[in-house]
Amino acid sequence: MSKNSVHITVNGTAYKREIEPRLTLVDFLRDELDLTGTHVGCEHGVCGACSVIMDGRPVRSCLIYAVMADGHDFVTVEGLGSKDGSLSPIQDAFWENHAMQCGYCTPGMLIACHHLLEENPDPTEEEIREAIGGNLCRCTGYQQIVEAVKIAAQKIHGVNL
Amino acid sequence: MSAPQQFKYITKKRRVREDRRFVTGKGRFAADFKFPGMLHIAMVASPFACAKINSIDSSPALELPGVHYVLTGVELAANINPLLSGLDLPDVKRLPLANGRARYAGEWVAAVVADTRHIAEDAAELVAIDYEMLDFVIDPEEALQDTAPVVHPENGSNIFFDKTWTWGDVEGDFAKAEHTLALQAKWSRSSTVPIETFAVTASWDEGREMLDIWASIQMPKYPEQIARALQIPVTSVNVHFDVDVGGSYGLKRGIRQTVIVAYLTKKLQRPVRFIEDRLENMAGGEMHGPDRVFDMEVAYDEQGIMESLKITATDDCGCYPGRAPLQLGKPVSAIVGPYRIKSARYHARSVSTNKTSQEAVRGFGQAPTNFAIETVVDRIASTLNISREEVRRRNLIRSEEFPWRIPSGSEYDSGDYHAVLDKLMRAADWDKLIEKRNSFRNDGKLAGLGLSTCLEPSGGNSSFEPLFNPKNDTTTWMESCLIKVDMLGGICAMMGTSSSGQGHETLLAVSIAEVLERDPDSIRAIHSESVGALPSNSPVGSRMAIMLGGAAAGAAKKIKNQVIAIAAHNFQLPEDRLVYEGGDVYVKGDTERCLRWEQLVDIAHRQYHNMPIGSEPGLQAQHTWEVPTGGAMPKEDGTVQMYPCYAFEAHIPLITIDPGTGQVQIHDYYIGHDCGTVINPDIVRGMTFGGIAHGIGAALYEKFQYDESGQLQAGTFMDYLLPSAHEIPAVEMIKHHTPSPLTEFGQKGSGESGYLGAPAAIASAVNDALAPLGKSIATLPMRVRDLEELLNS
Repeated sequence: MSKNSVHITVNGTAYKREIEPRLTLVDFLRDELDLTGTHVGCEHGVCGACSVIMDGRPVRSCLIYAVMADGHDFVTVEGLGSKDGSLSPIQDAFWENHAMQCGYCTPGMLIACHHLLEENPDPTEEEIREAIGGNLCRCTGYQQIVEAVKIAAQKIHGVNL
Repeated sequence: MSAPQQFKYITKKRRVREDRRFVTGKGRFAADFKFPGMLHIAMVASPFACAKINSIDSSPALELPGVHYVLTGVELAANINPLLSGLDLPDVKRLPLANGRARYAGEWVAAVVADTRHIAEDAAELVAIDYEMLDFVIDPEEALQDTAPVVHPENGSNIFFDKTWTWGDVEGDFAKAEHTLALQAKWSRSSTVPIETFAVTASWDEGREMLDIWASIQMPKYPEQIARALQIPVTSVNVHFDVDVGGSYGLKRGIRQTVIVAYLTKKLQRPVRFIEDRLENMAGGEMHGPDRVFDMEVAYDEQGIMESLKITATDDCGCYPGRAPLQLGKPVSAIVGPYRIKSARYHARSVSTNKTSQEAVRGFGQAPTNFAIETVVDRIASTLNISREEVRRRNLIRSEEFPWRIPSGSEYDSGDYHAVLDKLMRAADWDKLIEKRNSFRNDGKLAGLGLSTCLEPSGGNSSFEPLFNPKNDTTTWMESCLIKVDMLGGICAMMGTSSSGQGHETLLAVSIAEVLERDPDSIRAIHSESVGALPSNSPVGSRMAIMLGGAAAGAAKKIKNQVIAIAAHNFQLPEDRLVYEGGDVYVKGDTERCLRWEQLVDIAHRQYHNMPIGSEPGLQAQHTWEVPTGGAMPKEDGTVQMYPCYAFEAHIPLITIDPGTGQVQIHDYYIGHDCGTVINPDIVRGMTFGGIAHGIGAALYEKFQYDESGQLQAGTFMDYLLPSAHEIPAVEMIKHHTPSPLTEFGQKGSGESGYLGAPAAIASAVNDALAPLGKSIATLPMRVRDLEELLNS
């Protein structure tokens, strides 16, 4: 099969690869760039486990071909924390509040919540549920995730919820 | 009752150590492991509900560049032993790939092996199979008829299991009863549907003669089952239990998948990986859950006191009997729920149909049974016009009556059901909820308040195995822990199983820290590779807090005793003159005479001349714990102590139903919960909330629907609906702690909590909402379309 050239930036690092046009972005991230933090859940855009941030907005990387990502900028779960290894407020709040069990949906959830807090520093419970409404979790019943977002908001903005 | 134990680490909030790797994207899931030369599999699935496979022509697939092999069911069957069945059905062979006959739509017929998954999928479409369609049966009631097509002709009928137990004077109690009622309740086929599908990589190392396995597995005796199927020693199977499992809740028993990749890696001498895609998982992964019809009869008096219960449970097992039929067995351990019912009859039937097979689902059959029992209790309340809570109060076992033996032989360890119910109703403000419900009704809405009171049998000793299969004489369901203290004083604890979100590393660290009085964060907990691991039965049956926690505490006590013995020898004093504190040992009344942890460890590792005569050098201990109350075969009458510990939960949801569309909205949700001593409060909260969400899914949304032609209608997340954060409400949890007298710290299980009572509570709420219309429903899930149909009927 023919190959296409793709230049993309992920977590601040520029990559260039020659790939098959049918390769999805999530497989590209996982298999070509070894960024296995982004997970495959349903491969049809429903579960949100593969969420990444593309040019500042969360997207489903299973619904995007890697060739379509050419020239774009991405953040994955590996890029949420600082370079020194310290956790971002939302990562730390997830850990503090045990906002996960198996950890499989967690990277996608973090992407959704990270984006929410960037857009809306003081989200209501409803707004939080709206923001994670496209990310399925089978472990938590979502409650400790919603609580973690509130904790993170407080930490970031000192918002008294 | 003795005073509650005081704990230093247990019961306290503590970050779950596993979580750090998950929030940084550094979890290590099965699909994250890659090996040089690794090959990939795609499955060829049967499109028919039942078909004879006349021939398979693999040559067009093999011509595609990058394709290495096409494995057929015929080849595989000739080279392996059939997979383990939970029942004594020697003529029903369960094989990883269909052999000669495909028995459900989606069953895997061949496995295509290629350089990439893409190529394997392309090639799978090129495998030419000549099928001859055969008659099939989808409906379990129809499958029981003499004229029905037989799924396994060798078996003679579609009945996998059919047995009735009578415990106590059931007929006498029914004859004497003031009232009886009968109803049918249905629990439809759903499952836990983890977000990660099943994934497995196998690599055969000819030099070590070792089969290495990395899998998203949660399965008792997995290495042994692989070895038996492949006819190799268990010592040649090495399961890497340090793989993080992306959700399971009982389900991930991928033995078929594993045997396929294991056979292929040996055959092709390359690592082989299979990651199910969503359709492979839903249609062919053989991971559906119970699919059950309950015919219930109850005898009760004018006060609503239940005397006797008759249950016929007919379960649509699907195609093959792995452990799934045993899910009819676990409910024997709590066959009368939390109630003082004197006698019971249980007729359990497992029926085969042309659907994908069942696998173990959270609660192992107890959640459907709880739903059926609670439906009966609500019906008694409405028939006698007594409130639902009052009927429950009159029937619940009282706290002073524990331990309480139920008719089927299990003894409930402890509980205070009335206290939990009262606490819950106070916290939820039941009267106010009724007002709220009524005000919804006044606004023209259908509104309902639900109630359920259910048990979570935990710590499983698997006695349903011998109960359901006389040839199986398993009476232990042990768990082990090995603790190694290194020369510098570091503590490492090892378990012989993988985890799928239960936080076992945290459990081990905290349990050991509690006994040894060492900082939990200084204690390493690891998942051993199976070949060097002590016996484990994996995290099933809500057992790990009890069993792994107990094994860890047992091993830690041995370490502590060794340390004290070393100190006693060096002080030349009897042990009762010494005090152990935080790992150090000092002389009672003279804290200056102290040997510190590091000194004691150093003596153990290096100074044999300072060790007690004849003692073992080093500092390590292992403990393998038998299930408390376990160890006995069922008696002739089918009575058996099946589970040691019984956690209790009571649920109250307030819902409305849109009268036009049938859509349910949950406005409030309260749970009263008692699993004894809580080891980590965040973990128990999370499991309970997650279990409630899963229960709401089973009650309102999730169903593996098959059509009349035997095709699965719900093979994607577009049509198998998983509840999102919109459908799941905030839940308020009201805690109560009645310690178990049988466990190390008083803990009971909580891995299945929430799920065991939520479906019953939602059903109760829906029926409360329908009551003013004179309508009712006893079939789960109560989907939008089902309720709309009912409302318009």
